[in-house]
Amino acid sequence: MKKKKVVQFIGFFLLRVSLYVVLAILLLFLYDIGRKGGGAISWEFISQPPRRGMTEGGIFPAIMGTFLVTMVTAVLAIPLGMFAAIYLNEYAKQTRLTRIIRLSIRNLSGVPSIVYGLFGVILFVNILKFGTSILSAGLTLGLLTLPWTITASEEALKTIPNSYREGALALGATKWQAIRTNVLPYAIPGMLTGTVLGLARAAGETAPILFTGAAFYLPYLPKSLSDQFMALPYHLYIMATQHHAIQQVRPLAYGTALVLIVLVLGLNMTAIIVRYRMRRKRRW
Amino acid sequence: MRWFKKGRWRQSSSLVFQLIETFWGGEGEDLPHSGEKSASLKSLRGKRTLARWKESAVKAFFFANGILAIIVLIGIFGILLSTAIPAFKEIPLAEFAKKTWDPTSPEKAQYGLLSMIVSTLMCTAGALLIAIPLGLGVAAYLSDVAHWRVREIVKPIVEILAGIPSVVTGFLGIVLFGPVIAKIFHTGHGLNAVNGSFLLAIMSLPTIISISEDSLNAVPSAYAEASLALGGSKWQTLVRVKVPAALSGIIASFMLGMGRAIGETMTVLMATGNARSFPHGFLDSIRTMTANIAIELGEVPYYTTHYYALFAIGLVLFIMTFIVNMIADVILNKYQQREL
Repeated sequence: MKKKKVVQFIGFFLLRVSLYVVLAILLLFLYDIGRKGGGAISWEFISQPPRRGMTEGGIFPAIMGTFLVTMVTAVLAIPLGMFAAIYLNEYAKQTRLTRIIRLSIRNLSGVPSIVYGLFGVILFVNILKFGTSILSAGLTLGLLTLPWTITASEEALKTIPNSYREGALALGATKWQAIRTNVLPYAIPGMLTGTVLGLARAAGETAPILFTGAAFYLPYLPKSLSDQFMALPYHLYIMATQHHAIQQVRPLAYGTALVLIVLVLGLNMTAIIVRYRMRRKRRW
Repeated sequence: MRWFKKGRWRQSSSLVFQLIETFWGGEGEDLPHSGEKSASLKSLRGKRTLARWKESAVKAFFFANGILAIIVLIGIFGILLSTAIPAFKEIPLAEFAKKTWDPTSPEKAQYGLLSMIVSTLMCTAGALLIAIPLGLGVAAYLSDVAHWRVREIVKPIVEILAGIPSVVTGFLGIVLFGPVIAKIFHTGHGLNAVNGSFLLAIMSLPTIISISEDSLNAVPSAYAEASLALGGSKWQTLVRVKVPAALSGIIASFMLGMGRAIGETMTVLMATGNARSFPHGFLDSIRTMTANIAIELGEVPYYTTHYYALFAIGLVLFIMTFIVNMIADVILNKYQQREL
């Protein structure tokens, strides 16, 4: 009897330790970046372009580049993800085709990001002749986020009770009318929240934009969607590994990492909190 | 249209039928009053045809978006394959199985993939070695030991961990863990397979934790109650009843974590040292398949054998992750069917 309790105590203790280890790693990550990156942050760092071979100055073009690319990504991924989710949740029946669609979505979310990059190089840069540009990079990232936006949008649609649809149908509405008036208005906030999580990930991705439009250094801001651009994650990669004076620019790299992480985690947290609030408020 | 009346065609084109069926089938049920005969007013009928036409147009539109995922997946495979084919034509297959990758050598270009594949597998194996016990531990803690309030707090934190961009993780591998690893193992620098494994473990942890926890929670409570009623402790119940019952989901989570580790690019690119030689141990610097594509695609002239060979690596990578994900999917599906 005694032994059983001891074993249980040790076992649960080990489980607890594994949780603490994971939390400690995360804290260490955030602490290190926050402490060393915080020193580099200033108004100048955020609002100025890099100067003197990127050993001084700020990261403004990179912030703008990431913002613009994420916008293109959003324009592609949000509607497509929503439409696909509407099909899957509202129209699709349990057929083999539906199963294949779901299988493809799950598989797409497992395709390595660098493979999306290769795909983008051929399809958008070469075949569609968008060149290495914001457009190509944004579209590549859009395809990358597609499985996440579809899944998130479908989750939101699933939370709408069937009685909403049935109520509209019973009053003589067509299926589309029922969806438009009784499903979408309640589902769209949830769909958008889920999509923001996907976009946050896209904003932090580097591999897909390496060859589809990210530029090493540009002294000016992109003027159109067919220009190359600087991006925060790519800028961090360069500052961390490719720069000629790596040790000297470490603080700048830390600052870039902090800005990137605040941006991505900020978007993430907002979405998570909003979602949590919505779940609690919901009383059907 | 005579051909599809023949039996053998009908069988082989069952998928096409299904496609059409999803498109048009069940339409009558969707529309209210369809087939109702009492409405004989012409104008009403005209209106109804219009409404029906509009309905099917809307449905067709969403359907087109629905099958987009299939199109993209096939498109990725098709584009990789068609771009890699010249490489397979110009390079004998036996060449790919060799160790040395040196496409820019002035004497003789070599396209051996073995070192890269071994590096990728080594890093992935190391990552799983760390992430499996840790991830399973956290999942079990959250599902069985933790107070629900702790769970409410920890789950979003795990999501935050999943949201850290890979380039930031790689950066921390260089500046934070690299020096520590160099000190512990007395290597000149810490950019090696150990570092890569550790970082990949962190990156695959969220996947492993959330899916394992879901499957532990999905174990019917009757199982645990039966075990407790027979005098088993909570620990015994967890280890001997719940974990075996949730095993398929847990294994699927390992496979998905593995898929993530194989395909991860930026972390391994930055933190493993980029040595093209064949790795002999975890303290060697390595270069994985993903890192190799990321480094060389930017420098290589378009439409050369080297360029095509990089797409061949991409194809190998795609197929590897595809297989791993498919296995995870099959395991998860089996598990869900049993639960139902």
